[in-house]
Parts: sequence; structure tokens; C-alpha cells
Amino acid sequence: MKQIEIKNLTYSYDHESLAVDHVSFSIEKGSYTTIIGHNGSGKSTIAKLIIGLLEAESGEIFVDGLPLNLENLAAIRSKVGIVFQNPDNQFIGATVRDDIAFGLENHCVEQEKMDDIINRFAEKVNMTRYLDSEPSHLSGGQKQRVAIAGVLAMNPDVIIFDESTSMLDPQGKDEINRVIQELHADKKMTIISITHNIEEVAQSDHVLVLEKGKVVMEGDPKEILLQTDKLIKMNLDIPFSVKMQLELAKNGIKADQYISMEGLVNELCQYNLKK
Amino acid sequence: MPIQFEKVSHHYNAGTQFAYVALDEIDLTLKEGKVTAIIGATGSGKTTLVQHLNALLLPTSGKVTVLDRVIDSAEKPKKLKELRKKVGLVFQFPEYQLFEETIEKDICFGPKNFGVSEQEAKKRAHEVIRLVGLDESFLQKSPLDLSGGQKRRVAIAGILAMDPDVLVLDEPTAGLDPQGAQQMMSLFMNLNKKLKKTVLMVTHDMEHVLNYCDEVVVVRDGKIVTHVEVREFFKDTTLLNELHILPPSVIQFREMLNDKGFKLDSSIMDIKTLAKAIAKEVKR
Repeated sequence: MKQIEIKNLTYSYDHESLAVDHVSFSIEKGSYTTIIGHNGSGKSTIAKLIIGLLEAESGEIFVDGLPLNLENLAAIRSKVGIVFQNPDNQFIGATVRDDIAFGLENHCVEQEKMDDIINRFAEKVNMTRYLDSEPSHLSGGQKQRVAIAGVLAMNPDVIIFDESTSMLDPQGKDEINRVIQELHADKKMTIISITHNIEEVAQSDHVLVLEKGKVVMEGDPKEILLQTDKLIKMNLDIPFSVKMQLELAKNGIKADQYISMEGLVNELCQYNLKK
Repeated sequence: MPIQFEKVSHHYNAGTQFAYVALDEIDLTLKEGKVTAIIGATGSGKTTLVQHLNALLLPTSGKVTVLDRVIDSAEKPKKLKELRKKVGLVFQFPEYQLFEETIEKDICFGPKNFGVSEQEAKKRAHEVIRLVGLDESFLQKSPLDLSGGQKRRVAIAGILAMDPDVLVLDEPTAGLDPQGAQQMMSLFMNLNKKLKKTVLMVTHDMEHVLNYCDEVVVVRDGKIVTHVEVREFFKDTTLLNELHILPPSVIQFREMLNDKGFKLDSSIMDIKTLAKAIAKEVKR
């Protein structure tokens, strides 16, 4: 079943060049899609169009079969949540509890139910012991986890991560990626992650590559990440295991291409056993 | 003329219930002309450490010597101009600090503040804008019209316009895409190799540390854990584990093979040498 369907979507910031140029794609329910491409390729613009923060010049967006228009805007926003890049720009509450409550209050959820929801999602992102902490006492990774809890509390069908880990230290990145993996394991949530992290792409099940506002590649991670010539030409990163395989080939070692290091390590070990 | 920390402590909110020891009696000597990485977890004291280099923070106790200038807790802010001209400090996300109408005015702001004439400041703006990989056509634009990566270049150009001898960068590539980050690192390498600037960089990116830096300083809980040459640092896999540092991919891959019975030398830290060594072992 299609969760999101995008048809011929176009957007321009300056009415001259197209930031999103006739883009069409669809996203399955419960899938984990990563979107890669350079800064300025249109990734975040598409995210903002999907949640109705920007209005498309032309084209259509459907969420759960519902066309995005003024009439459906509120309904669609309740289905799609987003976590932005900068942890400091999306912390609104005076404490973690207040911050998670913000969206719930806006939806006039009863106090009793609210406490229950807050506790449940604080636990989900492992922030229970910080419920009464102020944002200034939290690390970037913790703030982003609170942002995720705030989004989950609204019970959306889709959650979009717009480079949500790029401003975090390695530990923070790890924390967020773990939450994403857990959400994906449930298969209940549709996940869209805009990222530069090629290792994260390898973990997803659907990849879109954007360049100059267009979708230039689409497929499963293996299909995309092994088209190394194309990726290199676009100046995009390729997985380390592929770089290694190419170097090994220069030294007369023929190995298959893998998108994770484990795959290549295992093959090299077998190579070693056979001799 | 090295940079020297002698028994430097820094306490935030001293004497209040929020008192916090950010630096705890550290001793550190940094050589001139090197690129040094300062690494450590969030909250370890890295930023506090680098903000002592141009006396933005003064030591609570101990003394810092930078370019023959001694700074201690009794320092008078008025006398610091000379030092601040020589030590350029680029904050985290410096693009948030751009404020002038045009990029030229923004770059000229620093030098003019230090008494450089309008004409000379403009001349420098023309030089540094090219140094950071943009061209003069940018000078009359508004800084707000640029992409994130370009804004950051402009902010760095503003610091370079003061022609500092020491460049201190707090997480200069955070939030940039891989291509932008690489261009940024090449810029710093150029400044170091061609213009002989001493570069100090707070970073979390181990690939950058391995590929671009000469030395590493590890900060943990306000103390210096180690200060060594980069290759020495990455050879010490026990220490890396203890510090919870995920090493660069090359080293991860090498260690994964070694865990499975390969005998690849711990001095191998680049992909070409590693491929050769693997081939040799597999074919043997």
C-alpha cells in the first residue's frame, strides 16, 4: 500500500530556477526510505512540500490517498511528523516533559491521557530520567530524541528525519540511528530520512538520489550503492566496502561487491580458508 | 613560540551551586605550524579549552602562553587586542554570526575594528574571499542569499581578513555535506601548508583527523588524556576502545579482518597499503 505518492511535483524559490523539478515517486507503508544528494539538490524542499510548509507550484502529493490541499492540510499534518536538523531550533518547552506535551496541548489532549503518552514516548527514546530537565542541560542527541518523542506522541503514520543527525557528535548520531532502526523494526511507521550518511543508506530499504531538483536514481540500497561510477560522477560518497573491493581488484583479488564491511570481510575470510 | 597551558583550570559559575569544573589543571604544549585535532565527547571541555587561546575565557588558575603573551586570571580585557588579532577563533556554526548587508562589509568588520583603514580592509576582503574558494562577485551580495556552506566560508574569510597566525576552529565541518566538508578541510590544509598558519581544530570526524591532522589532543572530563602524533594515536586500538572512539573505516576494516585471524600490521592506515597487505596474505 502506498503511504505517500508524489506526481510531477515542482517548486521554485525564486520563480526562475526549479528547486524541485517535475519529481514523481511513491513510498510504501512501513518502509524506510533514505534520500541522498548534495546540499541544494532539493531534498529538504521536498520534505517541506510533503508536510505543507511550502506550497507546490504544480504537481500533486497524496498521503494515504488523500490529496494535499488546503482542505486536507490539518489531516495530513496529523499523519506526517518531521524532525529537523538543528536540535536547538526545535526545543520549545521549558523542560523535556513540556516539550513533548507541546503538540498534545495544541490538540487539546486531556491531562491524564497526556501524562501517559508523555511517559510512554519518553521511554521509547530513553529519556525518562530527564523528563524534568531543562534543554540547556541536554546534549544535542538528547534534544533530538526529545524532538522524536514529541513527534511520536502525535501518533503519525510517517516520520521524516531531515538531516536530524548531522549536527550531532558520534554518540548522538548513534543514539538517533538506533531509535530510527527500532521504529523501522516495528514496521508500523513509514520512515523517510534525508541523510549524507552512506552507512545509514545501506540500512534502509528504498533509496532516492536527487540532483538539481530531479530524482536521478531510485531503487533498493544495493542497486543504488553499487552503481559506483554514477555516484562518483555525482561527487557522492560510496560505501567503504566498495572502495576496498576496487582497491583489492587492483591487487589481483577478485571479490564481490558488498554495501557493508561485514560482507567483504566474510568473503576475504573464505578466500583465506580455501588456500 | 609554542602555545602553552600550565596548570590551567577553568571553573564556570565559581562560588555558586552551579559551579562546574570544565578544565582541571591541564598542562599542554602545542607546536607552531602544525594542524592539531582536539577531540573528546560533548561536554568534555574542548570548547572551553580553545576559548582560552585568545583569552575569550580567562583561566581560573594557572597560565596560558600564546605567541609570547602570558594570560592568567588577572588579565585586563583592554590589553588583549594584539593577541586577538593574532589568534583567530571560528566558533561552531559561525554562519549564524553574519550580520552585515553585504559580504564585503561583513568581512571588513573585524579588520576595521582592529584599526585597519577602510581601503586596506577592502583590499583584504578581495584577497580572502578567493582564499576561501569564492570569487569577488560575491562581495556585494547579501550574506543571507548564500547556501550554508558558502555562509560558513564567508564567516571564516572574516577571521582570515585579520591575518591571524593561529587559526582555531570549533567543529568547522559540522552540518556540512561530505563534499562541503572536504572542501573546507582542503582550505585549512592550504592555510597551514602555504601560509604557515598554526591550525587547531575541535572535531568529531576521525576520518578528518587521520587524513589531515598532525597531532591529536584527547580531552575527557576537563583533563588531557593524551597528546600524540596522529598515527601513534590510531595505532593504540586499546585506547580507542577505552575512549569509545569509532576509528576511521580503514582501521575498522583492518581490525575486523584481524579479529578473524588475519595478521595485518597496526601501522597500516590507508586503503591502498591495506589492499596490498590483504592481497599478500590471501595469496600466500
